Amino acid sequence: MSDARFEISAGFLPLLDSALLVAAREKGFAAAEGIDLTLVRETSWANIRDRLAVGHFQVAHMLAPMPIACNLGLTPLAATTVVPMALGLGGNAVTVSNALWHDMAAHGASGDLSPRAAGDALRAVVAERTRSGAAPLRLGVVHPHSGHNYELRYWLAACGIDPDGDVEIVILPPPLMADALGSRALDGFCAGEPWNTAAVLLGHGRVATVKAKIWRSSPEKVLGADARWCDANAEALSALLRAIHHAAQWCAEPANRAELAGIMAAPAYVGRPAEWMLPALSGHLVTAADSVVDVEDFFVPQAKAATFPWKSHALWFYSQMVRWGQVEHSAANAAIARETYRPDLYRTALKPLGAALPGANAKVEGALPAPTPVGSAGASLVLGPDGFFDGGLFDPDDLDGYIAAQRNLAG
Amino acid sequence: MKRSRRNPGPFAFGRPSTARRRIFALHKDSRRAKKKSMKTAALRVLVIDENRIRASIIEAGLREAGHEDVTLVHDVAGIGQRIAETNPDVIVIDLENPNRDMLENMFQLSRAVKRPIAMFVDRSDSASIEAAVDAGVSAYVVDGLKRERVKPILDMAVSRFNAFSRLARELEEARSELEDRKVIDRAKGILMKSRGISEAEAYALMRKAAMNQNRKLSEIAQSLVTAAGLLGDDA
Repeated sequence: MSDARFEISAGFLPLLDSALLVAAREKGFAAAEGIDLTLVRETSWANIRDRLAVGHFQVAHMLAPMPIACNLGLTPLAATTVVPMALGLGGNAVTVSNALWHDMAAHGASGDLSPRAAGDALRAVVAERTRSGAAPLRLGVVHPHSGHNYELRYWLAACGIDPDGDVEIVILPPPLMADALGSRALDGFCAGEPWNTAAVLLGHGRVATVKAKIWRSSPEKVLGADARWCDANAEALSALLRAIHHAAQWCAEPANRAELAGIMAAPAYVGRPAEWMLPALSGHLVTAADSVVDVEDFFVPQAKAATFPWKSHALWFYSQMVRWGQVEHSAANAAIARETYRPDLYRTALKPLGAALPGANAKVEGALPAPTPVGSAGASLVLGPDGFFDGGLFDPDDLDGYIAAQRNLAG
Repeated sequence: MKRSRRNPGPFAFGRPSTARRRIFALHKDSRRAKKKSMKTAALRVLVIDENRIRASIIEAGLREAGHEDVTLVHDVAGIGQRIAETNPDVIVIDLENPNRDMLENMFQLSRAVKRPIAMFVDRSDSASIEAAVDAGVSAYVVDGLKRERVKPILDMAVSRFNAFSRLARELEEARSELEDRKVIDRAKGILMKSRGISEAEAYALMRKAAMNQNRKLSEIAQSLVTAAGLLGDDA
């Protein structure tokens, strides 16, 4: 039917940050690279993993830590999975029920999305509930190996709340989060868009804080690729990365937001109203019925090297797997995490385009307090601000020290 | 003796063990199990499927194969409790279920699950894993079960899932054929009324349009019906 040189099947979940893959197909960037790109909507991350493992998919929209977990053998079934590209920065939020927000507001939460203020208020609520013998708050995340899980836990712990003792963290698929909040099965959740906006617009909750403030300039989803396929199809992979790069540029253009929201709203993709997509795309986040907060860099599809697979990102996720007891720390495991993210594949594909490429493959997370022009090959590149809301620094060259310090914190 | 086979092993409680460690435990346990008598207790099977018809088909297959201890669950609400009560050896779940991530997490962490559960019985058996994923079914198997005991259950689930998909496809085809015939009849009626032609002429007209436009007859008919509806002169 087509004269495509490459046929690629990609799995995705109905989330706004599948936008880069969707735009690559719908706006013709994949076709322009000679790729017949088939997108298959899935119902769980486990399905994405399984179908990548058996070869139904060559690549997939994946939670950023998931390929690392696969390669570390933490999942029931997995092929060796590499990350040649990230699918943007930011894009998730922490939303709490109206009842919990009411209690948090009574303890000083202000609604400006500051992680510190919201976390301090939450700690006061947790302490009060413990005193009165109330059940622990129940918070939802979409997967144990997700940025949501690690960022929520990081935020809670940095605010003096024990994620394993003071609250209960449960797993729920993203499209069910808003309803679970409404039916009081959950007190809060951390999930990607549009499910926070959905909870707010349906009147079930309020956005308390956002990933873009907990860990600035951090990746949410990545392109996971079957390593065997990448090895055998280097040309197809490079073509796909170029297509996604062009799609990311298109998604980043403010003039295209309305069209992108319309595409994502289609039944084949997220299948929800276009109005639910717009807040994340514009950064004008609807945090409550009567409140819109402008969040800088809420979701960054392209600027600031948003699709670059930083090894420091992979290693921070790994450090959190160790922190929460999912894996034992060893030099061999750290190497598996480091080698999962493949900036070399990214560079090979995008260098011929003259795209702005960072000079290094890893950076100290938290070293850039403000947007900073950095030396890059070819075009100009601005990075940051990056890092953690509590001022913590993550130096990937001192992974052992970071992990040891975390352990002392827990003790 | 039955109890000892169900020995939870060293990785059943406490911190989550990695899949690799579980696989190791599995091999160790199966070696141990080989020394035991061939006569073993019936396996307890839990089938999680929101589709009641398909679940019944699986159940019937399991019972025919002599597995009496089968529990069906259609709704994952309170699934932890059900798993704790039924203490299954094998869990069969359809891939459409959006709660697989939650369930896998539960298998790894929850105290509701008394024994560690791995996916499938043998990770190296890629052909049967692929067959299962193709069919849309997944299975989780408690550590220490012998491959020969579980494989027939998995194979049966795969073939029943495939049979169900075939049936569903045939039903869907029959249904859409019927719908097509209805819409073609309506379109014929509209043409006969608006143009004052016979049924045969109306049919011939639509056939010709379908051939000229390289579209299906039912699509031409549907366009006619839709257009007539928009213009308010639906027959």
